Amino acid sequence: MTLSSVVIVGAGQAGYQTAASLRQLGFAGRITLLSDEDELPYQRPPLSKAYLLGQLDERRLLHRQEKWYADQGVTLLCDAAVAIDRAGHAVTTASGASVPYDHLVLATGAHNRPLPVPGAELGGVFGMRVKADADALAPLLGAGARVIVVGAGFIGLEFASVAAKLGASVHVVEVADRPMARALSAETAAFFRAAHERWGTTFDFGAGLARIDGADGRVGGVTTSDGRALPADLVVYGIGVVPNTALAEAAELAVANGIVVDERLLTADPDVSALGDAVSFPCAQLGGAPMRLESVQNAADQARHVAARLLGRADVYGALPWFWSEQGDLNLQIAGLSLGCDRVVDLAGVGENEKAVLCFRGGVLVAVETVNRPADHMAARRMLAGHPELTVAEAEASGFDLTAWERAHALATAG
Amino acid sequence: MVKVTFVTQDGAAHEVEAEVGWKLMEVAVNESIPGIYGDCGGQAQCATCHVHVPPEWRPITGERNAAEQAMLANAYDVTEDSRLSCQIIVSEELDGVTVDVVDS
Repeated sequence: MTLSSVVIVGAGQAGYQTAASLRQLGFAGRITLLSDEDELPYQRPPLSKAYLLGQLDERRLLHRQEKWYADQGVTLLCDAAVAIDRAGHAVTTASGASVPYDHLVLATGAHNRPLPVPGAELGGVFGMRVKADADALAPLLGAGARVIVVGAGFIGLEFASVAAKLGASVHVVEVADRPMARALSAETAAFFRAAHERWGTTFDFGAGLARIDGADGRVGGVTTSDGRALPADLVVYGIGVVPNTALAEAAELAVANGIVVDERLLTADPDVSALGDAVSFPCAQLGGAPMRLESVQNAADQARHVAARLLGRADVYGALPWFWSEQGDLNLQIAGLSLGCDRVVDLAGVGENEKAVLCFRGGVLVAVETVNRPADHMAARRMLAGHPELTVAEAEASGFDLTAWERAHALATAG
Repeated sequence: MVKVTFVTQDGAAHEVEAEVGWKLMEVAVNESIPGIYGDCGGQAQCATCHVHVPPEWRPITGERNAAEQAMLANAYDVTEDSRLSCQIIVSEELDGVTVDVVDS
């Protein structure tokens, strides 16, 4: 069947990028983007950073201005998808419309894992995922505000650094024993903990919340799992996300920690692709083991891949995962996946406000974490995209320079 | 508003209106200029907004910064004129500039 219409469910980074890439690659058919938000598609990363600091206005938060959609012939419907009729090749929306498709792309994203404690419904308690969250909490972030951050992940800590910069008193509560425990080596985590403490933030590790306390519907404080009461004007939580799989599940597509897709990012239905935060895909960097990633790179690269595949120009997805986070004056960049890493080399001799940590698994370099070392990050990305032959012994040698090693090695290989 | 021109890989010149204060990358993506993606939103994290800026405009656009330099190392078709357009802010003085897009 000729592909004449593509319907994309979800207008986050992955959904938006699929539409943009299809057009960029010359697809001339119909593209419909279904959004469950009443907004033009916007970028999420700045919500916990520049947008919250007021450095980026609403228009610049948008992926594209309104006229782009008309210019490109991308139909944006702010009308949530509620059901998929796979046999009939159509999506039903909240308003009752039926949108027919030749190919369906599920870019349904994820939602915040809710805070499972009494009081989570009180005013002044916020997740941090959509623009409305940032809009609602920005005015409450003045000097002297007492802020409790629940969860020391990327989003929680980005927010903490912004709040501290704006003069709030910030306390972070985290069940793990260190910040960003799921994503970072202990070495880099300790570096960030020290930085946040310098900025005035205090931490409670190994601690959860028992409840959020308040009066008249507004938060007044929290009680930790070990029984301590902490005052709070504002509680912001970031304790992970849950992939949005209900639509796929109801359409009898396989779901296991995300919508299950193959190495082409296709579901078991040849007319339904899925991508981004919502999917579990066979990860090339993990030998094909299933993985779900939450990142801009993953969403954008998978979107470009699906667009190219639909037009017959790509087959197997294998882009190298990379991540970044900005906290205060620290620019954290991660290339690769450190999952299962069994050896860490913390490079000495980097600058005071810098860090470079190499993660090996079974003697093979699998990830590189850097802070304020963009050249090393890019060298790492190039190395990890191939087969890095860097040994632990080489990395541990005194005076080892990652960028220089990569350059010399690339030249030797090319020669 | 000032006028800027993007010359894409196919040789086509796209003259567009640019808002002062915006990043050149933001102007390009809003005009759907092929080859400029700006995946990271303009944080010099992804090198998908690579352009060549003619030397005569360099006093206005300034020089590459460290993050940009790193992103461009080993990128495709890097020359003395290479910049990430997310690191160039549109100003009144930039009116009339023409940059070449390097497909990212």
